[in-house]
Amino acid sequence: MQKSYRKYAVFFILPTFIAFIIAFLVPFLFGIYLSFTKFTTVTNTQWVGWDNYVRAFTANRDFTHALGVTAAFTVVSVISVNLLAFGLALLLTRGIRGTNLFRTVFFMPNLIGGIVLGYIWQLMINGLLLRAGVDITYDPKYGFWGLVVLMNWQMIGYMMIIYIAGLQNLPGDVLEAAEIDGASPWQKLRHVTIPMVMPSITICTFLTLTNSFKLFDQNFALTAGAPMKKTAMLALDIYNTFYGRVGDEGVGQAKAVVFFLMVAAIAFVQLWTTRSREVEQ
Amino acid sequence: MKQKKKSWRSTLLVVFLTILAVFFLAPVFLVLMNSFKGQFYISDAPFALPDANTFVGLKNYWNGIQKVGFFSAFGYSLFITVCSVAAIVLFCAMTAWYLVRVKTRMANGLYYLFVFSMVVPFQMVMFTMSKIANLLRLDHPVGIILLYLGFGSGLSVFLYSGFIKGIPLDVEEAATIDGCRPLQTFFLVVFPILKPTAITVAILNAMWIWNDYLLPYLVIGNRYRTIPIAVQYLQGGYGSRDMGALMATLILAIIPIVVFYLACQKYIIKGVMAGAVKG
Repeated sequence: MQKSYRKYAVFFILPTFIAFIIAFLVPFLFGIYLSFTKFTTVTNTQWVGWDNYVRAFTANRDFTHALGVTAAFTVVSVISVNLLAFGLALLLTRGIRGTNLFRTVFFMPNLIGGIVLGYIWQLMINGLLLRAGVDITYDPKYGFWGLVVLMNWQMIGYMMIIYIAGLQNLPGDVLEAAEIDGASPWQKLRHVTIPMVMPSITICTFLTLTNSFKLFDQNFALTAGAPMKKTAMLALDIYNTFYGRVGDEGVGQAKAVVFFLMVAAIAFVQLWTTRSREVEQ
Repeated sequence: MKQKKKSWRSTLLVVFLTILAVFFLAPVFLVLMNSFKGQFYISDAPFALPDANTFVGLKNYWNGIQKVGFFSAFGYSLFITVCSVAAIVLFCAMTAWYLVRVKTRMANGLYYLFVFSMVVPFQMVMFTMSKIANLLRLDHPVGIILLYLGFGSGLSVFLYSGFIKGIPLDVEEAATIDGCRPLQTFFLVVFPILKPTAITVAILNAMWIWNDYLLPYLVIGNRYRTIPIAVQYLQGGYGSRDMGALMATLILAIIPIVVFYLACQKYIIKGVMAGAVKG
């Protein structure tokens, strides 16, 4: 059977694979090469070794600062989004009236694109800060926490949906048994519900982690890094390096490679911990 | 007695959730309200309702539509999203099926290459991809479909493969014995079975492509504005921008999403759930 299929590889694989080569494979490999060169156009390159990588960290503090902002933002939003989403999911699986309507409303922000979300929240936050006579660009704290609120608003509904799916798959008899044994609601949550929805927790942590770490559109629209690049995250800093000053393209590409390695490391660690946990079960 | 206590509690819960839902909708209503006010009254008092002085009717909408060419932006967004999603749904299904069923070393390697591409952030390839797109004359709304197919194929092939691995071979073998050629087997037998995953793939990719800003901006942004590019275009210099037109354009950008969401809610929520569980 396999042999008879093989002749048809052209039909089945080629359309996707050609697109994959053009849109991903060649840009990826060429991008790694360019990170070791100085260039302004892709045809005029000059090998400079690790110079771009050194300059990414030493020419100014933009990249390391962006790394700090990204790390802080990721930690805060992973924790807050998951806690709130899990809480909402618990409330919405009790069979109260209007559950579907609430679910619809809470999920809606997730469909709106990052650029649009950024400007919606810019209006909201600037409006609230108006009383103090300042706007979101006044202090990096405003931009940072504004972005956290925005991220929560966008992601809570999505994660809530996944948690609801996990909670609905809980076998009822286990909870009932715990109740008969005299477990308090808190004990039931701590020792029955949470261990049993662990797969959902893993998925949601992973999704919020990568989405927060790679955030660009929302950051770009809400503050664009203002004031003084103090609220720029990694993806935005890479973009600014690329398209900011002529001659820095190589540094931008080097930063992008470092960024890729960090994202890959996160994904790998996540996969590894999930695997090891699955073996235990 | 216990019954009474319970219903009291659930009423309290409904009240709490209603308040929360109002907070969730508030930002969008704020933008909607301000979209009817004159542009100079928005930043100064965003929480004030429009009154006789500040109400400008649909003027902002008219301004916004003209300034950014909203209808052509909507057209480009719709064309690019629909065509790219169709291409991804079809071609990635074919690729995934072939890679799962033909277990050569090449096929295996190719599968892992697709999976690997999921980890790579867009910033890694954005510069080189846009240059190559220029070089190959892909910098128009038709060419960009190929880029979306290529960059979106990782996740889509992965999702399809996961599903196909669970389909028993018997059906396909029976079709082959009955004289189906591989292409017929795929389109008449396999593809209909893939429908649930196809919906997930379509929803996830549609959400991404419709809202995507950077890829179309870098590749076709000078000449063709999609909706996110049109919104960003209104930004201009800080302070000099037309807040009224921005508010109106934000609302215009949200309307298609809300309509689509309310019409296909069941599929969207299911699709997102299935995608998350496998991804």
